[in-house]
Amino acid sequence: MNSWITTNVWLIPTAPIVASLLILAFGKAARRAAAAVAILGQIVALTISIFAFVPTLQTHGFRAIQNFTWFTFGEQTLRIGFVLDPLAAAMLLMITLVGLCIFVFSIGYMAEDKNFYRFFAYLSFFSGAMLGVVVANSLLLLFVFWDLVGLASFLLIGFWIERPSAAAAAKKAFITTRIGDMGFFLGILWLYHRSGTLLFYDGGRGCLEPIALSAIGSSVTLIALLIFCGAIGKSGQFPLHVWLPDAMEGPTPVSALIHAATMVAAGVFLVARVYPIFAVGAINGVTTSLTIVVWIGVITGLMAALIAVAQFDIKRILAYSTVSQLGLMMVSLGVGGVAAGIMHLLAHGFFKALLFLGAGSVIHGVHHEQDIRKMRGLRKLMPVTFATYAIGMMALSGVPFFFSGGWTKEEILHATSSWPRSHLPHYSILIGVILTALYMTRQIIYVFFGNRRAASEHAPESPSVMTLPLIVLAVCAVFFSIVLTPAWPWLESYLTGHAAHFEPRLLIQPMILVSLALVGAGVSIGIWIYRRADETDPLQHAQPALFRFLENKMWIDEIYDRTVIAFSKILARLSDWMDRHVWDGLVQDIGRIGQFFGRVTTSADERVINAGVDESTSGAQGLGRLMSRWHSGQIQTYLGAVALGMLALVLLYAWLG
Amino acid sequence: MTPTLQLFLILSAALFCIGLLAALSRRHAIFILIGIEMMLAAANINFIAFWRFAPQPAQPTGVMVAIFAIAIAAAEAAVGLAMVIAVYRHFRSTNVDQLDRLKG
Amino acid sequence: MVGLISIVILIPLAGAIALYIGQPKNARTVALIFNALSAFYAAMLWQKFDVTASGLQIVERHAWIPSIAAEYLVGVDGLSLLLVLLTSLVFPFAFSAQRLERGACALMLVMQAALYGTFTAQNFVLWFLFYEMTLVPAFLLIKIYGGENRDYAAVKFFVYTFLGSIAMLLAFLGIYLAKGTFDFAALAGLGKTGLLGGKLQWLAFAGIFLGLAVKVPLFPFHTWLPDAYQTAPTGVSMVLTGALSKMGVYGFIRLLVPLFPNEIKIAGPWLLALVICSIVLAPLAAWAQRDLKRMVAYLSISHLGYCLLGLFAITAGSTSSLIDMHAALSGVFLQIFNHGLTAAALFYFVGLLEQRRGLRGIDDFGGLMQRTPLLCGWMSVAMFSSLGLPGLNGFVGEFLIFKGSFATAASFTAIAVLGLLFTAVTFMRAMQALFSGPLAESCSGFSDIVRGEKFVIVPVTVLMFAIGISPQFLFNIFNATVVQMARLFA
Repeated sequence: MNSWITTNVWLIPTAPIVASLLILAFGKAARRAAAAVAILGQIVALTISIFAFVPTLQTHGFRAIQNFTWFTFGEQTLRIGFVLDPLAAAMLLMITLVGLCIFVFSIGYMAEDKNFYRFFAYLSFFSGAMLGVVVANSLLLLFVFWDLVGLASFLLIGFWIERPSAAAAAKKAFITTRIGDMGFFLGILWLYHRSGTLLFYDGGRGCLEPIALSAIGSSVTLIALLIFCGAIGKSGQFPLHVWLPDAMEGPTPVSALIHAATMVAAGVFLVARVYPIFAVGAINGVTTSLTIVVWIGVITGLMAALIAVAQFDIKRILAYSTVSQLGLMMVSLGVGGVAAGIMHLLAHGFFKALLFLGAGSVIHGVHHEQDIRKMRGLRKLMPVTFATYAIGMMALSGVPFFFSGGWTKEEILHATSSWPRSHLPHYSILIGVILTALYMTRQIIYVFFGNRRAASEHAPESPSVMTLPLIVLAVCAVFFSIVLTPAWPWLESYLTGHAAHFEPRLLIQPMILVSLALVGAGVSIGIWIYRRADETDPLQHAQPALFRFLENKMWIDEIYDRTVIAFSKILARLSDWMDRHVWDGLVQDIGRIGQFFGRVTTSADERVINAGVDESTSGAQGLGRLMSRWHSGQIQTYLGAVALGMLALVLLYAWLG
Repeated sequence: MTPTLQLFLILSAALFCIGLLAALSRRHAIFILIGIEMMLAAANINFIAFWRFAPQPAQPTGVMVAIFAIAIAAAEAAVGLAMVIAVYRHFRSTNVDQLDRLKG
Repeated sequence: MVGLISIVILIPLAGAIALYIGQPKNARTVALIFNALSAFYAAMLWQKFDVTASGLQIVERHAWIPSIAAEYLVGVDGLSLLLVLLTSLVFPFAFSAQRLERGACALMLVMQAALYGTFTAQNFVLWFLFYEMTLVPAFLLIKIYGGENRDYAAVKFFVYTFLGSIAMLLAFLGIYLAKGTFDFAALAGLGKTGLLGGKLQWLAFAGIFLGLAVKVPLFPFHTWLPDAYQTAPTGVSMVLTGALSKMGVYGFIRLLVPLFPNEIKIAGPWLLALVICSIVLAPLAAWAQRDLKRMVAYLSISHLGYCLLGLFAITAGSTSSLIDMHAALSGVFLQIFNHGLTAAALFYFVGLLEQRRGLRGIDDFGGLMQRTPLLCGWMSVAMFSSLGLPGLNGFVGEFLIFKGSFATAASFTAIAVLGLLFTAVTFMRAMQALFSGPLAESCSGFSDIVRGEKFVIVPVTVLMFAIGISPQFLFNIFNATVVQMARLFA
């Protein structure tokens, strides 16, 4: 079995993609079958992922690669391949499991949609593409799947395509991520040029292995940063984060998939995957490229957490929370805590999917109302949703001991505290923890507590097909905390390849008290501020200007609209104008010069040559007419003329003598 | 008064002028023809006169020419009269003023 | 004794004559039958072609006009074969795009024959004959069967390209007077040492460059193209972009680069700058277009720019490693094929929309996804292929070109990547305008893809996927040629 899986890793992404194609081809007639095929594909992928997980568990530092030639050009070959290592295996499990829950949830959520089958086809495709990113053993193959993930997100965000806002959001997502991808693409080209291969691992010759890394030379920092551009785009880091909140236009399961398992995870995963490139020539674990990763993460994390406090759309709050958490992961990766970052990514995958699905359940219950001010008091009506949502909220806020998010945040705090460059990231994360607790408390209070509003008057609990995934995910979020405890750092050791030892004393550390205090502070501040919240946010009362600034997402969209987008639109117009008037104008001017010469020769023809011929003919004609007047036909006239002529001759003779 | 060359030349010039006048001024085709004949006769007188007063009048060259010219004139008169008849048949007139078919 | 290549050239001509004499009622069917015949013989050519051997194959050589060294010399190497196959593919595709009149069908067939000739002729006189022979049917097709503004567009197209041709002809006459041969292979052998010397050499270079740059077209010689493509009937636009525009790129590869290696090295940065303008400015202009056909036409300029980017990057750079040469040349060849396929498909889809609506402005449609999901879906595939989405054909070629050009012209490549971005923006805008939003009233009576259209779309799309996922079958055609050319250019 173990040897079988190492050569058949490619089956994992293939299963959902095949399912997707099957649904697209035949699904129109059979709605149920479509969902069944999608879920079957996902189950197959999950099963194989579990098989794939086993060998990585058994051997420390397990890595199976399977490379093959994609095509031969000239005398050169381009090789791609698949890899199975702990990083990939853990991601595979998370993606397939979370994906499966979301698929099941979608059956209920999308039950009334007329394009039900297409939705499942896209979902399967999305999941398959993401699985491909994870198992790719070549930066090129990773890029291929990376772009397919982008395509799938485009299709899904714009799924309700008849809504102009959804189409606009889809377009924005595709273009924004593509801006990052262009940098990524250049990074790939540069890396390929320098190292001569794009395979990650190739028996010592891969681009992540020491020989090739040392061959890259001084450009490695720029290569790393270019690759990071891709991650910025996909993982919604500042300054390309703007698409992520807009992506809420898609159906909620899509948001869950994007924010938990697939799209945004890809960026963090990418940085983790090519970490050796970032870490080349590190002194104390610090390189220029990693430092930039840290600061981007810090800016993103703080900014998004602040914006999240002032949002009213239930999904947007979660979206900004995702952006903020992704910033956190980037910080973690940047300071050297790769394992911590990935663990947070995995944990985040579970609880963020839980939160989004919970939000989906709420939205479903209140008839597609998304404004939290219009919900209120759903605690009693939707008990399962409430309970699971609360678990997700606590995991996200980072409540220690029982919730997965707590331990991973803990790890990240540890990692940042020992970063030699600066302590600012560490403190900013502490602030981030408070803010996270604050905005999640605010959301919970608004949605589930207080007096019911019109929209939430008769909100029914969602059907079991929707609540069951919630429960599964909630259990996972809690269960995950066991494998994450610092006392038995199993997952960390699994990811890093070092042996784990059970040390209970590590459970209680100063840092955990700090984070407990911070979460407590965040929650209590939240309860204190929002205990009597009504239509207007208490913060809005207190600081209207600041609130407006945050509510409008710091006006970053508007700034982009007025600068980058406006500028490129002007460029486009200019280019068109230049084309019509300058370049084509030049051509027309040259044409006009030709025409001018034509006209000159024409007029020379008409006025000189033609006229000459005309004149001589008309002259001859006129002469003829004159002569003909003399020809009276009178024979005596002629005779007279002859006589006169003769007389003249005689006179001439006489005169000449 | 002795006959001299001038006398004959004056006679023939007068005859020629009378003939020319007739040919130019008469309207009837027949009279024109007669005028032409008169001019021919004037020419013949000239031939004879120049022959008679030439240095060696022994050979009859002038007479030969005159006789030849008279013969030609007879033939010409015949042709001319035939044409006049033809013209008359065609136009029912011999008034040359009305005959302007040669007009260009 | 008539060889295989001559048969391929003669079949469409025979078709045109048959259409002229026979006056059949269903001209398109007859044309398609002749297309199938020529495609069959092209496939035979492929089958007979030895992919492992480099150099010309299946050569036919007959004396023609010995006094000017013109001979009937046709043969194929990997590049020629690829283009012959592309031509055989694009024409049936174009014929099925719309019902053309008998005269138009005959003209198209004449053009097809001329294209086959252009891609296989190996002697300049013969080549030039075929090259110009494409021009007349194209001119007439635009002039007679075109849409609005067709007189202007047709005359502009003809005069512009003809001017370029004359410049090229003069340059070649100069070369002939100096060297006494018109044979491509012989000239390429002489190229390294310089053909004319001194200023004349540069004059000849400029003449040939102008002729080909207009044909491709390369910025800033491209302004005839949007007008011509916009006004030509759909099928003609497809052929113009799918097959005719390849003559220019083919000429660059076959003539300019082998004949003037030193000049290209000196002028390299300038040429690359023009190419970059093509790649970046054209999609920007496309973004600003309201007419769908014009939009596709501008994107076509950009995509052909990639071909020239790869070609100039490896020949202009002082030192190019073998792998970069091979990558760039393979990429260029693949891109030639891909562009032919994809751009033709895009015009086809625009044609379908135009047939249904009668208009083709980007604002004349809206919410089509609700009414015609299949049409939107297949059209999106073509669009994504054009913007270089991995898994579809565009990506492989573009990746190889950029891979090859990055080594010697990194900064140019970095700017060229912007072209990819603007292409994406343009298509995104088009998709949003056409497919999304509420269904426009004028589109509410649209029919989705019908069976006949499916028969056309599905094979083409399958081919796009096949090239995107497993392009080896195309690489096999020209790998030996790539190796040989890389040796020649090095």
